[in-house]
Amino acid sequence: MLLHESHGCPIVAVNIWYHVGSKNERPGHTGFAHLFEHLMFEGSEHHDRGFFQPLQAAGASLNGSTNADRTNYWEVVPASALDLALWMESDRMGYLLPALTGQKFANQRDVVLNERRQNYENRPYGLASMAMLATLYPDDHPYHWTTIGEIADLQAAQVEEAHDFFRRYYHPANASIALAGDFESETALALVRSYFEGIPAGPRLDPVKRTATIESDRRIYLEDRVELPRLYLAWLTPAMYADGDADLDLATDLLANGKTSRLYRRLVYDERIATDVSASQSSREMSSFVQMSATAAPGHTLAEIDRAISEEIDALANGGPTDDEIERGRVQAETQFMRRLQTVGGFGGKSDQLNAYNTFLGRPDYFTEDLGRYERVTKSSLQQASARYLHDGHRVVMSIVPRGRLDLAIADSSAVAVS
Amino acid sequence: MNPASTTVDRSTLPALRAVPRFALPAVTKSTLGNGLKVWTAQHAMVPMTGLLLLVRSGSSSDPAGREGLAAITADMLDEGVGSLSAIEVHQELARMGAQLDTDVGADATLIGLTSLSRFTGRALAFLADLVVRPALREDDFLRVRQQRLHRLMQLRDLPGATADRAFAKLLYGNTPYGHTALGNERSLGAMTMDDVRAFYQRAIHPEDTTLVAVGDGDHDTIRSLAEHAFGGWSASRDVVEAPVDVLPQPPRLNIVPRPGAAQSELRIGHVGVARSTADYHAIVAANMVLGGQFVSRINLNLRADKGITYGARTAFEFRRSAGPFVLSASVDKAATAVAISESMKEIADIRDRRPVTADELAIGVAALTRGYAKNFETFDQLARAIAQLSLFDLPDSFYSEFVPRVEALTPDDVSRAAARYLDPSRLTTLVVGDVDATSQEFGRLNLGAPNLVPADSI
Repeated sequence: MLLHESHGCPIVAVNIWYHVGSKNERPGHTGFAHLFEHLMFEGSEHHDRGFFQPLQAAGASLNGSTNADRTNYWEVVPASALDLALWMESDRMGYLLPALTGQKFANQRDVVLNERRQNYENRPYGLASMAMLATLYPDDHPYHWTTIGEIADLQAAQVEEAHDFFRRYYHPANASIALAGDFESETALALVRSYFEGIPAGPRLDPVKRTATIESDRRIYLEDRVELPRLYLAWLTPAMYADGDADLDLATDLLANGKTSRLYRRLVYDERIATDVSASQSSREMSSFVQMSATAAPGHTLAEIDRAISEEIDALANGGPTDDEIERGRVQAETQFMRRLQTVGGFGGKSDQLNAYNTFLGRPDYFTEDLGRYERVTKSSLQQASARYLHDGHRVVMSIVPRGRLDLAIADSSAVAVS
Repeated sequence: MNPASTTVDRSTLPALRAVPRFALPAVTKSTLGNGLKVWTAQHAMVPMTGLLLLVRSGSSSDPAGREGLAAITADMLDEGVGSLSAIEVHQELARMGAQLDTDVGADATLIGLTSLSRFTGRALAFLADLVVRPALREDDFLRVRQQRLHRLMQLRDLPGATADRAFAKLLYGNTPYGHTALGNERSLGAMTMDDVRAFYQRAIHPEDTTLVAVGDGDHDTIRSLAEHAFGGWSASRDVVEAPVDVLPQPPRLNIVPRPGAAQSELRIGHVGVARSTADYHAIVAANMVLGGQFVSRINLNLRADKGITYGARTAFEFRRSAGPFVLSASVDKAATAVAISESMKEIADIRDRRPVTADELAIGVAALTRGYAKNFETFDQLARAIAQLSLFDLPDSFYSEFVPRVEALTPDDVSRAAARYLDPSRLTTLVVGDVDATSQEFGRLNLGAPNLVPADSI
C-alpha cells in the first residue's frame, strides 16, 4: 500500500497491480489473464452492474491493461470521490465471484475476439508480435504467446476457469495499491484499511521462472495484407533492471530511435532504402528482447536493409558510442523520467510507476536509483552490452511480405503459423 | 473465498460529494511589435516547460490540387535551419532533451516543443529558428515528399485511415474540409518546392500566430526571450479570399471493398456545426449521452448488449467552420448491417422517440464536469487548452464557466440540441470491409443502391 501526496490538481489516482499476466497462463489456455481483466469491469457482488457507470458519473477516468507480467487497474477521480473508487476496487477484489456468470463470460469472450480481429488480424503487420514471440521463445515458455491469446483457446475458455483464476491470483497478497494526488495520507490510509482489510490475504505465489536462449539465427516469414515488406530483427536480452538492461535501452535509442539515430540517418536519410526504422527493448521480468524493424522503400530489398543494420550494429559493438551520443542519451532519459512525473495516474503516471517498482522489485522508492542506472551508462558499458547481446547468429530474422510475394522475404526463411 | 468481515457499508455506494470549483491558472498576454501574441501561464509540478506555437492555418488552407501542402510545409520546418542539416537540427533538440511535435489540423498548425526548464531559453530561440528561418531546401523537400508518398501507400493497409479519408471526401467533396492533412498521391506528386515556399510566405506570419508557454518561467522572462527570438520576424498577412463552395449530397450508403477483412470499419455522419455555435454546451452533452462515453447509448447497444464491436463512439468535431458529426466503429463483419441499423436508430431516437432522460443527462453532465480538473493537470494539457482559446477566439473565462454552464443544462435543452443538430435523413454511411451490400440485409436498411468506392480511387 503506497501513498504519494501532491496537491497541485484536486484529483487522486487509485492504481492497483495484480502480479499476474499472460506468463501465468499455460499452453491451451492462452489469453486468459487479459480476458479476465475484461470480466473485472462487469460487476461484483454488491454492485452487480457495469463498473464504469458509477465512476464515470463521479467524474472518473478509468482503465485497465494486461501484459506478460502484470495486470493493472486505475481510476483518476476528483479528490472528493476517493472513497467511491476504493469501494469499487475493493468490491471486485473481495467479492467478484458471486457476480461472475456464464453469460457475462460469453459476452466478454466475444468482445475480446472482436478486439483481436480489430487490433491484430485487421491491422497491417498486426500479427508480427505473435509470430515474433512464438519464435523467440520455445512452445512451453510463458513468453511464447501474446496477451490477447490464441483464437481456439479463447473459444474454448470456460467460466469455471475464470473462477479458479480469480481465486488463484486476485487477492491482497498478490496485489499492490498506490494512491497519488490530492489527499492527506492519514485519512487516505484509514480509508484504504476500511475497504480492503477485511479481504483475506490469499496465498503468496512463487514467481514463474524460465530461461530461453537462441543459438543460431531463426529466419521466418509471414504473408500479410501490406503494401511494403518489412524486416523485423530481435535478440534476447537481460531481464528488466538487470545488468545491461539500461545500456541496451540507450543502445537501441542511439541505433534507431528518432532522426538522430544511426540507422535513421543511414537507411532513411542518406541511402533512402527504408521508409522508416525503429527499435525498442521490451524489458520483462524473466527475459527481455530488443526488436528492430524497418520497412523497405519501393525498389529496395529486405536483404539490403539487413546488411546495413548488421554493419551499424557491428560499428557500435566495435567502436562504441560517441561522447555526444552518450550525453544526448542521458539527457533524453532524464526528460523521459520527468515526463512520467507529470501526472498522478493513468498508464505510466506516478501511481503506476510506484506499483511497478513495488511489484517487480519490492522497492517503491526506486525512482532515483532507476534514473541513476541510465546516468551510469558509459561509452564502454554500452559498447560491451551491444557486443555481447546484439550480434548475428542469435537473432530472429522475420520478413513480413505482401501476400503472394514470398520472393521478397530474406533467403532461407521458413513460414511461421500464427493462430 | 468468503471475506470474514468488512468495516464498510456495502449495501450502497458512497454518496457523491461536491467537487471543488475549477479555475484555469491566469493567462498573461502580450503582443510583440510584429503582431505575435505571447500567452503564458505558470505551472511548476515538474522542471519542464512547454512551448506551443499556434499558427492559424491548416489543411483547409491547402490550394485545390495541392492537398497536403500545409502539412508538408510544416514538416519542412525541422528539415534544416540556416546551415544546419535536418540531422543536426534534431541533434540540437536531443541535447536539450526537447521533444518536437507538429500537428496539422484542418484549421491550424500546432508546433510544440517541450524541454527541461534549464533549457527554456535555448529551446525558445531554437523554436524561432525553425519557424522563422527554415532552410526549405529542394533535396530535403524531395525526400520528405517521397516519405509522405510511402506513408500514403501504407495507409491503404489501414482500414480506419481509409475510412477517414473517404468519409471526409464524401461529406465535404472538394470544399476545404474534404481532404485529410496528408493529401493524396496526385496532389503530392504535383507539388514543388516553389509551392512550399509560396505557402510558407502566405500562411505563416506573426499576426496570426500565438506563442503559448507553460512552465515555471514568469511572463516577463518569456516575453523578453520571445522578443529576442521572434522580434525580427516581419512577414505580413496576405489574405486570400476563400472560394465559396457547395457541399455535395453524398449517396446514403457507400462501400469501400476490402476483400478478406475480418471486421468492417464503419463511419456514419453528416456535416455538423461550427465551434462558434451558441449551443456548444448542449451539443457536447447530447453527444455524451448518444456516443461520447463508454456508457453511451450506442456503445452500450453495440458493445455491451450485442458484443459486435470492441467500441463505438460518436463525436461532433468542432472547427472554425462546420466540422463533421461522425460515428466510428470497427464491427464484426457478419453484423455490419445490424450495426448500421442500430446506430441509425439510436441517432434518430434521441431526437424524439427516446429523448434524453434526466438520469442520462446527469451521468453525461457528471462525466463532463466532475472530472474536469484532470484535463488541466500537465503543462502540456494546459498549453493546448490555452491554444484552443486563441484558435477559436474564446474568452479566458471559457474553461472556468464550462462546468456551471453544463450543469445548468436541462434534458429539454439537450434533446432540442440533438433534434436540431442531428438529421437522420442526411446521414451518410460508409463501410470499409468485405460485405455484400446487395444482400437483403442491406436492402432492409432502405439507404438506396450502395455506391461502390474503389479503394484505389481514394
